[in-house]
Amino acid sequence: MHAINYEAPKSLDEAVKLLAAHGEKARPLSGGTDLLIQLRAGTRRPEFVVDIKQIPELTRISFSLQHGLRLGAAAPCISIHENSDMRKYYPGLTEAAHLIGSLQIQSRATVGGNLCNGSPAADTTPALIALGAQARVIGPKGERTVPVDGFCLAPGRTVLQPGELLVEFHIPAPERHSSDAYLRFIPRNEMDIAVVGVGAALSLDVSDDRVVEARIGLGAVGPTPIFAAEASKSLIGKTLDAAAIENAARLAIAVATPIDDMRGTAEFRRHVVGVLTRRTLAKAAERAREANQR
Amino acid sequence: MANKVIVEININGDPVELLCEPRQSLLEVLRDVLELTGSKEGCLTGDCGACTVVIDGRPVCSCLMLGVEAAGKNVATVEGLASGMSLHVLQQKFLEHASLQCGICTPGVLMSAKALLDRNPNPTEAEIRYALAGNLCRCTGYDKIVRAVTDAAAALAGRTHPAHGTVPSETASGMAGEMLAKGEAK
Amino acid sequence: MAASSSNGFRVIGTRPIRHDGVDKVTGRAKYGADYAFPGMLHGKVLRSPHPHANIKSIKIDKALALPGVKAIVTSADLPALPDKMEAAGEQAINLNHLSMNILARGKALYDGHPIAAVAATSPHIADEALRLIEVEYELLPPVMTVEDAMKPGATILLPSLRNKEDGPDKETNVAAHLQFKRGDVAEGFKQADYVIEREFKTAMVHQGYIEPHNAVGIYNADGHATIYCSTQGSFVVRALSAAVLGIAEGKIKVVPAEIGGGFGGKTTIYLEPLSVLLSQKTGHPVKLTMTRAEVLRATGPTSGSTIRCKMGATKDGKLVAAQCWLAYEAGAFPGSPVGAGAMTIVAPYNIPNILVDAYDVVVNRPKTAAYRAPGASNAAMASETVLDELAEKCGIDPLEMRLMNGSEEGTPQTVGPPFKRIGFKETVEAIKNSPHYKSKLTGANRGRGVASGFWFNVGLQSSATVNIHTDGTVSVVIGSVDIGGTRAAQAMIAAEVLGVDINDVRPTIADTDSIGHTDVTGGSRTCFATGWAVYEAAQDCVRQLKERAAKLWEKKPDEVVFENGMLSPAQPGGELKPMSIKQIASRLARTGGPIVGRATVNARGVGPAFATVCVDVEVDPDTGKTQILRATIAQDAGKAIHPSYVEGQMQGGMAQGLGWGLNEEYFYDDRGILRNTGLLDYRMPTCLDLPAIETAIVEVPTPGHPLGIRGVGEVSIVPPPAALANAIYHAVGVRMTELPMSPPRLLKAILKKRAAGEAQAAAAD
Repeated sequence: MHAINYEAPKSLDEAVKLLAAHGEKARPLSGGTDLLIQLRAGTRRPEFVVDIKQIPELTRISFSLQHGLRLGAAAPCISIHENSDMRKYYPGLTEAAHLIGSLQIQSRATVGGNLCNGSPAADTTPALIALGAQARVIGPKGERTVPVDGFCLAPGRTVLQPGELLVEFHIPAPERHSSDAYLRFIPRNEMDIAVVGVGAALSLDVSDDRVVEARIGLGAVGPTPIFAAEASKSLIGKTLDAAAIENAARLAIAVATPIDDMRGTAEFRRHVVGVLTRRTLAKAAERAREANQR
Repeated sequence: MANKVIVEININGDPVELLCEPRQSLLEVLRDVLELTGSKEGCLTGDCGACTVVIDGRPVCSCLMLGVEAAGKNVATVEGLASGMSLHVLQQKFLEHASLQCGICTPGVLMSAKALLDRNPNPTEAEIRYALAGNLCRCTGYDKIVRAVTDAAAALAGRTHPAHGTVPSETASGMAGEMLAKGEAK
Repeated sequence: MAASSSNGFRVIGTRPIRHDGVDKVTGRAKYGADYAFPGMLHGKVLRSPHPHANIKSIKIDKALALPGVKAIVTSADLPALPDKMEAAGEQAINLNHLSMNILARGKALYDGHPIAAVAATSPHIADEALRLIEVEYELLPPVMTVEDAMKPGATILLPSLRNKEDGPDKETNVAAHLQFKRGDVAEGFKQADYVIEREFKTAMVHQGYIEPHNAVGIYNADGHATIYCSTQGSFVVRALSAAVLGIAEGKIKVVPAEIGGGFGGKTTIYLEPLSVLLSQKTGHPVKLTMTRAEVLRATGPTSGSTIRCKMGATKDGKLVAAQCWLAYEAGAFPGSPVGAGAMTIVAPYNIPNILVDAYDVVVNRPKTAAYRAPGASNAAMASETVLDELAEKCGIDPLEMRLMNGSEEGTPQTVGPPFKRIGFKETVEAIKNSPHYKSKLTGANRGRGVASGFWFNVGLQSSATVNIHTDGTVSVVIGSVDIGGTRAAQAMIAAEVLGVDINDVRPTIADTDSIGHTDVTGGSRTCFATGWAVYEAAQDCVRQLKERAAKLWEKKPDEVVFENGMLSPAQPGGELKPMSIKQIASRLARTGGPIVGRATVNARGVGPAFATVCVDVEVDPDTGKTQILRATIAQDAGKAIHPSYVEGQMQGGMAQGLGWGLNEEYFYDDRGILRNTGLLDYRMPTCLDLPAIETAIVEVPTPGHPLGIRGVGEVSIVPPPAALANAIYHAVGVRMTELPMSPPRLLKAILKKRAAGEAQAAAAD
C-alpha cells in the first residue's frame, strides 16, 4: 500500500474543512471494509484518509414517530440490527444491514460507506431506495439533500463531489399499515455479495388490502442500484393479489440490465429479479399487515 | 514517507504505546510491531476471519482496520484468551473435541466464539454457525468446531457436558439447511 | 501384539489431546509467516497480468531507485536447466519447467505468472516497487480449455513439448496420452441391457488452505542457506530449491514451520528459491508471503476436466463394460493428475471390460498441483452419477448396485496386481446401516444421493528416531510435518509399543539436517509410513531395553520379556523384580549409555482407501440453490489410531468435496484473466453452508502393516460431488453433468426440464 496520512476529525466542521482542503486527494474512511481493500489493490490512492467515525452526528441513530429516522452514515451495521426501533420500523433496511458480510464485517461496515462505495450490489441501497431515503450531504459549498435512488452514477461513482461528505440518511416514519423487506440471492448462505437484491416498501390501506404506496429497489442488476419505478407504480391502488405481484415482478425484470459475471449470468439474474420481487413484496405485505398492531 | 505516529491501544488488558505507519493495518501492528503473531493473515479482504480480534466486545477483522483506528480501544487477541496457566474453556473444548487440524483458523474462530458466548451464553447450533460464518476453516468441515463451542457454552453455564473424548449424542443434522432452506438468509 | 487385531490396544483408538494443541489454541504456534529475523527484508513478486505473452523486456531501474528497495531478481538470475525429466531429490521432474514456474523465462504462460521479485525494507515499499518495474509484453492468444488446446492448429504454449504418439516433430499441447484396457469393451457393451453415456465438465478448483504460501530465506556467506517455510515436505523443498538455484542439496537446510493447511498444494515450491536468491543478493534474511490473490492466481489448483463416461449393465444390475475418455487441464506445464483419474474412475467396481483414454493437456492456467486424491473427484463425478442412472434403470437400490459389483480381495485393479484385502463393501454396508440412510427423507424438492470413491494412497520413505530419556520419558523425532494430528498419532504409536503413558511421549518434527529423508505429508501416507517407521523405531528401543535389562540381570536378551511397559525375566520367580521403563531409564549410563531407537522405511504394501457417502439436499426450484440437509461418510481407516483426527479427515474431505460440487470454481474471463481472485468470489463452504457431518469409521486392516493402518487423508473428497449430483437428481429430476452445480447452472437445467415437460403436455393436449 502507498503511504497515507490519517486524520480523525472530531466535528463535522473540522471534517468539512479537512476534506475541502485536500479535495480529490482525500477519501473519507467509514468502516473501511471496502476502502482498505481498494487501498491495498491500488484502485484508490488517496493521500489523506479522513476517519469520520469520531464525529457524533455520523454514528447517531435517532428515531421518533414525529420526525422519522436519522441514520448516521458511519453507524456500524451491527448497531442498526441492535436498535429496537430499527428492527421494528425498518425491518427491511435492518435485515439488509445484517446481511452484509460476517459479524466481523458488520461490526465495522456502515450504510453510508455501502452507498458511497458505489457498488451496484450494495445490500442496503435497494432497501434505502424502497424507503425513499434522502441523503444529507455537506461540502465546501454548503449542504444539500440527494435522494438515494439518484445517488449512484456508475460502478464506483456517485454524485459526491470532491470535498463532499455524506452525513446521514433521513427516512420518514412509517405509516401504520406499512413496512419493508429486503431479500437477496447469494450462492452460499453467508459472506457473498448479492447476485440479485430486492428491497420493497409497502403501505396498505386500513383494510390491509389495497396498496397505497409502493417502492421497489433492485440491486446487482445494472450499473447502479435501480428504483423500479414502473413496477412500484403498478401496485398503487391495486389489491395485492398474485396477479398484481406477478405484474410488478414482470415490470421489475424489464428495468433490470444485468451482466454475465462470476456471480451469475444475466439470464439467471433476470429470472431471480422476478423470484425475489415476488417474495419480497409478499414479505413486506405480511409485515405491513402485522404492523397494524403496533 | 516517514510519517509514523504514536498510538495507544489497550491490548489484552494492558495499555500499550506503539509507533506505526498510518497505512499499517491493525493486523500488521499486532503481528509486525507488537510481535503478537497469534492473529493470522489469510486473505486481507475480510473474507476468512483468520485475523479476528475482539474490539470493545465485538469481533472485527483486524486486516480491515488501520492500526491508528484502534487508538483508545480495547483489543482482545488470542494471546489474551487464557489466564495464566488456565486455558479458557473454549480453548480447552477445542482441544478435547479435536476441533483444529492445521490450526491456522483457530485463533480467529476462538475469538469469534468468545465474542458470541460473551453476548449469548446459551446459543443454538444455528446461532453458533451464524456467528462463525465469517471464519473459514478448510480442514474440519466445522463439525467439531460447532461441537466444541456448544460444549463450552454448556460448561460455562455449569450444565453437565460430555466427558472428555466423547461426542455429543444428539446431532442436530440439517440445521443449517433447514434454517435457510429457501435461500433467504436469516 | 496382535498386529491386525482391533482390540487389545491400550493407547491406539483412544482420543488424547494433541501435543501441539496448547500452542495452537494460544496463538503460540509458529507458522511460516510468523518468523522474523533481525535485519530481515520483505519480498514481493511481480506477476504477469496476461495469460499468454512473450516477454520482450523487463526494466527495473526505476524500481531499484525507490528508497528501501534492495534487490530485484528475474529469471536471468536463475541457472538455465535442461528441458527434460531429471532427478531432483526423489522425484523425476522437468527442471526447466519447474524453474520457469518460479520466474517466467521469455514467456508468460498464465495470469499471475511470476516475472520478477523485489526485496525491500518493508512489504509496503516492496509492493510499491512492483508498480515501477516496466515489462514489455507481446500478447499471444490465450488457450484456456482442453478442447481449444487439443484442436488441430491450436496456439502452442510450450514450443518444445512433444508427446510419444505424435512423434518428435509435432508441436502439441498434449503432454501425454495414456490408455488402460481390460477385456473387450465392444463385446462387453453387447451384453448390456442398459448403456448410459454422458459427457461431464468439471471446473478448476483450489485447495483453499487458509494460510497463504510463505518463505524466509537466509543465505550465509559460507554458501549455506536456511529456509523457514510452511510446507508439506521439507525434503522436497530442499531438493527442488537446490535444483532451481543450482546449489548443492546438502547446502540447504529447510526448517518446516507449522503449516496452515495444504491438501496437496504445498508439496512443491514457489517462494522458497526466491527467498534464498534475494537473500544471496542482499545479505539479509528475506521473507516472502503471498496474498490470497497470488495464491489463487499462481499456485497449483487442481485440473478442470472434460470426461466422457459410458457404462453398461445387464438388467439384473451386473456391470459389464465401461469406456471412459478423460482430458485434464495440466495448467501451463505438463503434469495433471489425469493418470490417477483414469486409474480410479471405475476402481471400486469389478467390471470385466474397460477401456480408458486419458490426456494431459497444457493450457494458459496456473500449473496444477496435488489436491487431495488428485484427479479422482473429477472422475468419480462421472462414473458415480452414470452408475446411479444405471441403478435406476435396473430398478436396484444404488447401494445394492455397489455391493453387487463392488471390488474386493482378488478383484483386478485398473493397473497393477489384484486388490489385497480392502474395505470397499464395508463402507457401503456402513452407509446402508447408518441412521441417515435408514431415515426417511420427506418434503418437496428434497433428494438423497449416495456415491463411493477410491484412492490408492502411497507409502514412500520415512525416518524416525525414538529416544528414551533418563527419566523414562520418550521423544519421537520425525520428518513428517503435522498438518492435522500427526504428532498425536505418532506419539500414540510409540506409547503403544513402549507401554508408556501418552503424556510421557513428546513428538518433534525435525528440520532436514536433523532427521533422515522423509517424503511429503501427503498421499495419505504419514500415519501409514511414518507411523510404520515410528513403530519400528520403538521396537528398536524395546530390543535395546531388553539387552540392558539382560545386562543388569546377567541374562541373555532373549531371557527378558517386555510387556505393557515392563521388563521382566522370562522365567518368573527368583529375586529379579520386573522393571518399568522409568526404572531402567535412570540406569542406562551404567549399562552402555543412552537408548536411541531408529528406523527408516520405504513402505510397501500400501492399503488402498475407499469411502461411501450419503447426502440429503433440498433444492429451491425457483433459484437453483441447493441446501445440504444431512451428510454422512463411511471410510475404511484400516486401523484408526486417533479416531477424532480420522473423523476430522473424513469430515474435512467431505466438506471440500461438497464445496467443489456446489460453488467452487476458477472463473476466467474471455481474455484469460482470473476474475475471482479472493475468498469472496471463490466460494468455499462457510459454517452456515454445511450440516453436521456424520461419520462411520470402518476398520479393515491393511495386510502387512504392523498396525493395519490405511491412509485416511484423501479419499473422503472423492465421492461428495457425485453424491450431490445424485441427490439433486432425486430432488428435482435433473441430471447435472457440470461442476460446480451452482445456482445458475442448476436453475437452467430445471427450467429446461420444465419447458420440455410443458411442451410435452401441450403436445399431448
